[in-house]
Amino acid sequence: MTINLHLKQAPSVPLEAEVLSPNVMAELSNSEIRALVVYHGKRQVPLEEFFDVDGERSYELIIHGELNKVRLIGRAMSRGTVTVHGSVGMHLGALMTGGRIEVHGDASDWIGAEMKNGFIHVHGNAGGQIGAAYRGALAGMKNGTIIVDGSAGLEVGMRMRRGTIILGGPAKDFTGLQMKGGTIILQSGAEIRTGAWMNRGTIISMKPLQMMPTFAYASDFNPTFTNVYAKQLKPHGIDLPFAGSDGTYQRFAGDLSVPGKGEILVWQPA
Amino acid sequence: MLRITGGKIYDPANGIDGHVRDICINDRGKIVDSVDGGRTINASGMIIFPGGVDVHTHVAGGAMNFARAMTPEDHRRTQAFIRTQSRRSGLGGMAPTTFATGYLYAGMGFTTVNEAAVPVLSARHTHEELADIPIVDKATLTLMANNEIMLDQMEAGEYERAKNVVAWYIWAAKSYGVKAVNPGGVAAWKWGSDAKQMTDSIDGYNSLTPGKIVTMLATICDDLGLPHPMHLHCNNLGAPGNISTTLDTLKHLEGHRAHIAHSQYHAYGGDDWDTMCSATAQLAEYFNTHPNITTDAGAVLFGDTVTITADGPWQHLLYKLTGRKWGNLDVENETGCGIVPYTYRPSNLVNAVQWASGLELMLLIKNPWQVFLSTDHPNGGCFWRYPEIIQLLMCADFRNECIAKLPDKIKGRITLPEIDREYTLYEVATSMSAGPARALGLTQKGNLGVGCDADIVIYEEEDDVARMFSHPRYVIKAGEVVIEDGEIRETPEGREFLVKPSYAPETDEFMRPRFEDCYTMSFENYPVEIERIENPNMQECINANED
Repeated sequence: MTINLHLKQAPSVPLEAEVLSPNVMAELSNSEIRALVVYHGKRQVPLEEFFDVDGERSYELIIHGELNKVRLIGRAMSRGTVTVHGSVGMHLGALMTGGRIEVHGDASDWIGAEMKNGFIHVHGNAGGQIGAAYRGALAGMKNGTIIVDGSAGLEVGMRMRRGTIILGGPAKDFTGLQMKGGTIILQSGAEIRTGAWMNRGTIISMKPLQMMPTFAYASDFNPTFTNVYAKQLKPHGIDLPFAGSDGTYQRFAGDLSVPGKGEILVWQPA
Repeated sequence: MLRITGGKIYDPANGIDGHVRDICINDRGKIVDSVDGGRTINASGMIIFPGGVDVHTHVAGGAMNFARAMTPEDHRRTQAFIRTQSRRSGLGGMAPTTFATGYLYAGMGFTTVNEAAVPVLSARHTHEELADIPIVDKATLTLMANNEIMLDQMEAGEYERAKNVVAWYIWAAKSYGVKAVNPGGVAAWKWGSDAKQMTDSIDGYNSLTPGKIVTMLATICDDLGLPHPMHLHCNNLGAPGNISTTLDTLKHLEGHRAHIAHSQYHAYGGDDWDTMCSATAQLAEYFNTHPNITTDAGAVLFGDTVTITADGPWQHLLYKLTGRKWGNLDVENETGCGIVPYTYRPSNLVNAVQWASGLELMLLIKNPWQVFLSTDHPNGGCFWRYPEIIQLLMCADFRNECIAKLPDKIKGRITLPEIDREYTLYEVATSMSAGPARALGLTQKGNLGVGCDADIVIYEEEDDVARMFSHPRYVIKAGEVVIEDGEIRETPEGREFLVKPSYAPETDEFMRPRFEDCYTMSFENYPVEIERIENPNMQECINANED
């Protein structure tokens, strides 16, 4: 049994719909779900004004439609699944503590912001501030995994403390800004100022990066943790090279201006 | 018209300790002997207090706005007030927005608040914000102890001129009294240093010391007959071993009236952070033998908050200790300001000592007319957490449970475990209402006698003290029922209390050239016009020295 939601009409201004979460809907009947309140701009309207709802009482949500302006889907969810066929708006899975979100389409900014645990997979492109700390907050994502098959925007993993972010496509500037821990894997590299102000944590890039002058070259090596990571990521269709016969990682330490103990590993194929 | 029947009344100003009596309120919002007709509230089995009075809080103005801007992360997780027919939108949290501040204070039964630190330069802004804080009545204090025009006169020994300058500034800011923050220290901070002891020299001055400023300013406040005496934030706040500074400061106040703000932050022994301990017993002893001085606790509660003070040098030190965010403002030649978000943790020994010290002061100072409930909002904790402090004061068992959760190393550093005093309801009413009202010189507040303002809070009596004090059944402001059954019913505008101390007419011409030398603003634009104050309420100065 699942709950199927179809977007009837695109909202004219952002629709804040944190009720689109398994935690909220799991115990509700169909009519109760339709009556849930969403914010269309400043107006409070029932969910059914924007969505057709099939099904009830389930931890599995399937949402269809171009949801670019629908924000906060899966916010603070702790279990269950959300599957989206279409694109989604900002703050997808923000503050979530468990469960899975899968998006067959593009996502916007702030996905998985300050998440504590859980899994998010975006098959298309995503925006900026993935797994980041909200403005002013000390720490971003604390655990969990975010996979984006496509490209990403600015400040990916900003102030993240733990957890893993994997990007298939290229990221924009300030990837790993002020990072405090965790891992970011860049399969197609990133633009400039990668790792700026990073304190701790690891950024792994499969492509050469333009390094900031405050990062110091340390050594070429093949850290053993990469083969553990490779094993974990294999089921998600991600190949992380680790064998010395395939190449080595160049290690850069930084950001020395903070001064930080982070590292950036850049893969150099043999 | 309103009649409240059958409630147990706690009215320390009139010595009424839990007697059942009716209260009548006329159409002008005053308490009277009797009324004909109108609504009757049956308060049988309930407890009636005069509306709460916060003697020291920070709710409006430039520093508060800076703090709001610096803590956006708090706005996301905090209580949101959604707009309704009768209520404006807003946010609670560490630094609540204006409208929310009024709702939160009133929701807790407080009807008068004193914004304790206003530089004249941001007085206009502060009054605009205060006008947007509904329900509660307000007073403001002007920051004076580091005002360079005044300090210049003190240095030159021109006492009369200094007095005129202070009076001029009070009226220019449309305020209610004088606040002194780290006298001389903030002026020195502008040279990169501080003035921690009463005999320290002050950068930029030759003979002036913090001790001289303290004594002279207290004399000025007495001579001007301000209804509220000098409101002093002592030098050397927050530092281990600062008890000696505080006691030295108090010696400089002999023979004067004064209010010592947030004395918890000024009552530490030890030599450094590792040996810091509570020295509240010494401070309490001083208060117990000197009834001319009042104080508020400035108690600390564990959790997140944002610290705001005009004490710029201390805030820089706190920032160095935390490594978190720091905001610093230089308010031209009047004062400074620092903002640092902070988390008080029970596992942190220094924080644990601070937590205990605040409670110790409230329990060791015998006379509740001398020590008032405060957290120095938002520095020690947010004002909407006052009921937690009341619970700690009223229930020794609960207090001991909390002490048991502190680190073992706390033993020998605090005296709280040895104190078994429990506040009675009568003492709570004194400490949160009648006492602060009297210290502020607001005779119509904190008093349920005939002729006083009908600011009344009615609690449903229950064993859970924290719950009882955070959820009053009714709150009545100036005779109007503003909170009923946990809901905001009316949001009337509050008044602002002002004084106009007299000063020599030539003070204007004395100030003008100095002003044009020092300030970035033109002289004519500087004083706040009386028309700017939405509901001004003039209070008379008293002639203390003519008694």
